[in-house]
Amino acid sequence: MKQIIDFTIIEKLSFQRAALLKLKSATQLPEIAGGQFVNVRVDGCDKAYLRRPISIHEVDYQNNTIDLLIQEKHEGTKTLCALPVGAKVNVVLPLGNGFTMPEKDDNVLLIGGGIGIAPLYYFGKDVMRRVHTISYLLGGRTQSDLMLLDRFKSVGEVFITTNDGSMGEKGFVTDHSLWNTMKINKIYACGPMPMMKAVAKMAREKGIWCEVSLENQMACGIGACLCCVENTKEGNLCVCKEGPVFNIERLLW
Amino acid sequence: MVKTEIKLKGLTLKNPVMTASGTFGYGEEYADFVDLSELGGIIVKGTTLHHREGNPYPRMAETPMGMLNCVGLQNKGVDYFIETIYPRIKDFKTNVIVNVSGSNIDDYVTAAAKIDALDNIPAIELNVSCPNVKQGGMAFGVTCSGIEQVTKAVREVYHKHLMVKLSPNVTNIAEIALAAEAAGADSVSLINTLLGMAIDAETRKPILSMVTGGLSGACVKPVALRMVWQVAKAVKIPVIGLGGISSATDAIEFLLAGASAIQIGTANFIDPAISAKVAKGIVEYCEKHGVVDVNELVGGLII
Repeated sequence: MKQIIDFTIIEKLSFQRAALLKLKSATQLPEIAGGQFVNVRVDGCDKAYLRRPISIHEVDYQNNTIDLLIQEKHEGTKTLCALPVGAKVNVVLPLGNGFTMPEKDDNVLLIGGGIGIAPLYYFGKDVMRRVHTISYLLGGRTQSDLMLLDRFKSVGEVFITTNDGSMGEKGFVTDHSLWNTMKINKIYACGPMPMMKAVAKMAREKGIWCEVSLENQMACGIGACLCCVENTKEGNLCVCKEGPVFNIERLLW
Repeated sequence: MVKTEIKLKGLTLKNPVMTASGTFGYGEEYADFVDLSELGGIIVKGTTLHHREGNPYPRMAETPMGMLNCVGLQNKGVDYFIETIYPRIKDFKTNVIVNVSGSNIDDYVTAAAKIDALDNIPAIELNVSCPNVKQGGMAFGVTCSGIEQVTKAVREVYHKHLMVKLSPNVTNIAEIALAAEAAGADSVSLINTLLGMAIDAETRKPILSMVTGGLSGACVKPVALRMVWQVAKAVKIPVIGLGGISSATDAIEFLLAGASAIQIGTANFIDPAISAKVAKGIVEYCEKHGVVDVNELVGGLII
């Protein structure tokens, strides 16, 4: 069941253009699937009238906390990243559909680009408990885009690309050498649209099952306003309600 | 105990708070957040005779204290509504009102007649004011003859409460409201969105796929309030006020300006529980101000 919860920021980690906020709820968290997202109200910012959809990076049911990894993009997310420990944050959650759980024998590759790495940690932890082989392929423009690598390394092997070559292999995620060697039969991807399109193309060429998480601009986050639609084989579908996770076979790209 | 019931012709609202079409889905989307039985009514997504895919993405641009949209009446058509959605929502303990739109008079009439046959839909809201479809929609709502034609034609086939939703994109909205009244409307609701536009200065391109879109949210409230006041003075039928209402105080202001009931729209996106909160807040206002019946507030503006 979806809820509106007033969380309190109890921990914060700042990065170059992002922040990790640990939010604590005074009440029991609803059940959250990896790949679902939250809609965060931005208080005290004239330029952010609507909520900001943010993926869920980590969930701790014992302590009723969620972690949000937020990239400073425009005024709204800048305001959220500037919030201090102790601040209250009004959140609607959980929204959308999570990724589909793989089977035990699947060889799983989780591909994240930029801030798109965020939902792949919580999902990856869940996957790790069920499958034998899980790896990450994380891409950034530069080294500082690749945050919280220790978390990802605790889940599976981590491969990295950066556009400027400052970390890992130089190039895009689709340029990485692992594509020539690694046996993969399930891909989950989240990142900038060009990256996801390139991954989808690669997956199709290689005949690999693939889900991507879209981030079309939203207003309501719950399937009421029909603003965030993706034109799919089934027509215009709300990314917030029918997605954000889509199997690439449903998409037109 | 404050009396909150609002009686319109053939339509009784348990309180003056309804939710605006296109902002509340079919009510189901909000059932986790709001006890729908605490609302006077919900006006479901704009429904047309035939399936409409709507406009391409991007359909939304955030603006200071508001947003533009160019959704373009995406819906699966009236038959799908009747077969698939109506059975799921017909027993909601509130008035379920269908917003009906079309691109020509025959389409409006056919869709309205089909909904007339649904026992648990006590009213329709005739949408003659959608700014986001090329043909029809707003075209009917911006001239007196247009609104008269479509209202009169629907009135002939529709036997329950007929609410006509007015466009603010006109020079004299009172004249338009009078035309709707003369053609048989039982009430008018206003305002639909204001036609607006957003440009990305970096790319020099429009943000919306259709270039222009409808502006809604808190920023439109002063315009809506003024129009409600002008229309309420001009017509004898009830006026339903909407446009930027985000709190009980906002709602009270609309009642004072002459609205018999109100709708909450874009504010549902920011606080999915806002509609029930506004309903409660109206009662609190009445208790605080010694108002025993909400109807006393209607048109109570002191000038």
